[in-house]
Amino acid sequence: MTITDTPTAPAPHASRLTTSKAMVEAIAQEMERDPSVVYLGEDVGAYGGIFSSTTDLLARFGPERVIDTPISETAFIGLGIGAAVEGMRPIVELMFADFMGVCLDQIYNHMAKIHFESGGKVRVPMVLTTAVGGGYSDGAQHSQCLWGTFAHLPGMKVVVPSNPADAKGLMTSAIRDDNPVVYMFHKGVMGLAWMAKNARSVGDVPDGEHLVPIGKAAVARPGTDVTVVTLSLSVHHALDVAEKLSGEGVEVEVIDLRSLVPLDREAILTSVAKTGHLVVVDEDYLSFGLSGEVVATVTDHDPTMLKAPVHRVAVPDVPIPYAHGLEYAVLPRPERIEAAIRRSLAL
Amino acid sequence: MTRELFLELFTGLLREMIRIRRFEEKCVELYSATKIRGFLHLCIGEEAVAVGVVGALSEDDAVVSTYREHGHALARGVPMPSIMAEMFGKATGCSGGRGGSMHLFDASRRFYGGNAIVAGGMPVAVGLALADHLSDDRAVTVCLFGDGAFAEGEFHESANLAALWNLPVLFCCENNRYAMGTALAREHASTDLAMRAAAYGMVAWTVDGMDVIAVREATDRALEYVRDSGKPCFLELRTYRFRAHSMYDPDRYRDKSEIATWKKSDPIPALEAKLVSDGLMTPAEVERWRAGVEAEVDAEIAAAVESADAAPLEPVEDLLRHVTTEAADGVALLAGGRST
Repeated sequence: MTITDTPTAPAPHASRLTTSKAMVEAIAQEMERDPSVVYLGEDVGAYGGIFSSTTDLLARFGPERVIDTPISETAFIGLGIGAAVEGMRPIVELMFADFMGVCLDQIYNHMAKIHFESGGKVRVPMVLTTAVGGGYSDGAQHSQCLWGTFAHLPGMKVVVPSNPADAKGLMTSAIRDDNPVVYMFHKGVMGLAWMAKNARSVGDVPDGEHLVPIGKAAVARPGTDVTVVTLSLSVHHALDVAEKLSGEGVEVEVIDLRSLVPLDREAILTSVAKTGHLVVVDEDYLSFGLSGEVVATVTDHDPTMLKAPVHRVAVPDVPIPYAHGLEYAVLPRPERIEAAIRRSLAL
Repeated sequence: MTRELFLELFTGLLREMIRIRRFEEKCVELYSATKIRGFLHLCIGEEAVAVGVVGALSEDDAVVSTYREHGHALARGVPMPSIMAEMFGKATGCSGGRGGSMHLFDASRRFYGGNAIVAGGMPVAVGLALADHLSDDRAVTVCLFGDGAFAEGEFHESANLAALWNLPVLFCCENNRYAMGTALAREHASTDLAMRAAAYGMVAWTVDGMDVIAVREATDRALEYVRDSGKPCFLELRTYRFRAHSMYDPDRYRDKSEIATWKKSDPIPALEAKLVSDGLMTPAEVERWRAGVEAEVDAEIAAAVESADAAPLEPVEDLLRHVTTEAADGVALLAGGRST
């Protein structure tokens, strides 16, 4: 069974959960286990997080551990850093990754650098959660992924789960990690009633303690003909395309990166060594980002592994437009992924 | 003022509030029909602010608004068909279909968004005022924002700069008592926002934001003060949104009874009642007048919907336009990577 399979009956000791419920389950279990874990952010209490990232946590853990903040991102993210330095394990929610602009100084100059600047003497064991992604006409300031930007700045780990089990496992690992971990969840994989339905946003999630190692990619679907390296919602699209092409006898291997920092370069190389064809699918902007990094991983190692030019399916270098047709044209939709695979294989 | 002038002023304010209310009620329908997409934030209940403040401006003044800006844009005179077309994502929309509900722009009317980052427009407003100041223009930049924005550093930095450099900004805090779902007293240690703004060295007043006449009078005074002194001014307009934060908000964070109480101060019936109590109209005349206005406004809205429906989409081939300014021969693309 691959990690993103969705069997009809739950496996033993697993429950079928949406990604958001799996994420909340991990947070709740860690809050039970460790009194130093607190969650704070805008409307994470009574509201439950606008993307259901904190549903019912306030009722379970009270307002001292599930803390609504004013719209003061610089202050409350910085406050999370301070609390982490003193040994707490805060989870701090930046409502949309797009809002990083308001508070980036605290994130990349402080959260990410204090450990280094102190010669390793000060630790910042915090999790910064944030919602990413488009596809629902929310415009240029509410639809970006921006994970390439976070990953570019040294000093923080970056994880991006694509499915319920990984959402739980990566959250647990992130909370227990002694480094700052940026946990980026795509609104389209959360399984929210008011978002477009996505079959893979519900899945089996192991009950009890469940950890997914940070820095380890998953083979979401094994294949022999072409490697698709991707993450987050695009994994789902890539799997749909792989399924379709399998009917034509083309076997696509889909690699779900799950973590950007550390990046599992070995998994990329292993797959490309097998297929010789590489397509990178990234919902972040095309230039200067993740897709280029993945390609460089291969070409730095051995460009002769590639039997054909690499194809990148990413957001062209344009802000996300509001109009539905324009937005879908910039996003890595299944049609674009399929076209890239066909071009890679000269089909 | 004569009776006729009062009647004209009051019915003018009332008509514009009804126009905004009906427009947004239509937006709700269109949202359910998925003609309008994304996040949609309505100002129903807060129309007195839009009409009282923005309607008081002169043509030369500038406006910087938030993501709850349909009322501000309409009151500024941004044509309703261009707003509706924008919300339909059409090429004829005021932002070419690229902005949507949260990013309405109309440079010809100095309406500079439509900004979806809380407090994000405030430094920009101060910059507009700086440019006007340096060009000896008597224009005022009106910066609208909510009580939530008051908690952002951008507000405090902007207020200080505007006061320090004597720049003609009218800060209008549309205090609807909730930063999304977080109540005022849970977001601010001191909830007297005007008093805190005054600490930056600005003239600052608190205004009943449900009373459009009070809002208009305060705005007229404030504009005069800013134009004459060249200094910023701050209005805290105490208001309330009757609907949820956005169309997706289940609105679990406030009591229904609180909403019902505030609805008793609905600015539209309040002004209708004043027309009667001031002896300007009889109740029957108000009824007739209102029916006539609603018919006119509904016809205007229907025409806007019809034209938005019929309008063309921006072609996908033009997707990359407007990322940067264009050379005469077409597209300028800064990074120029190749995506399949």
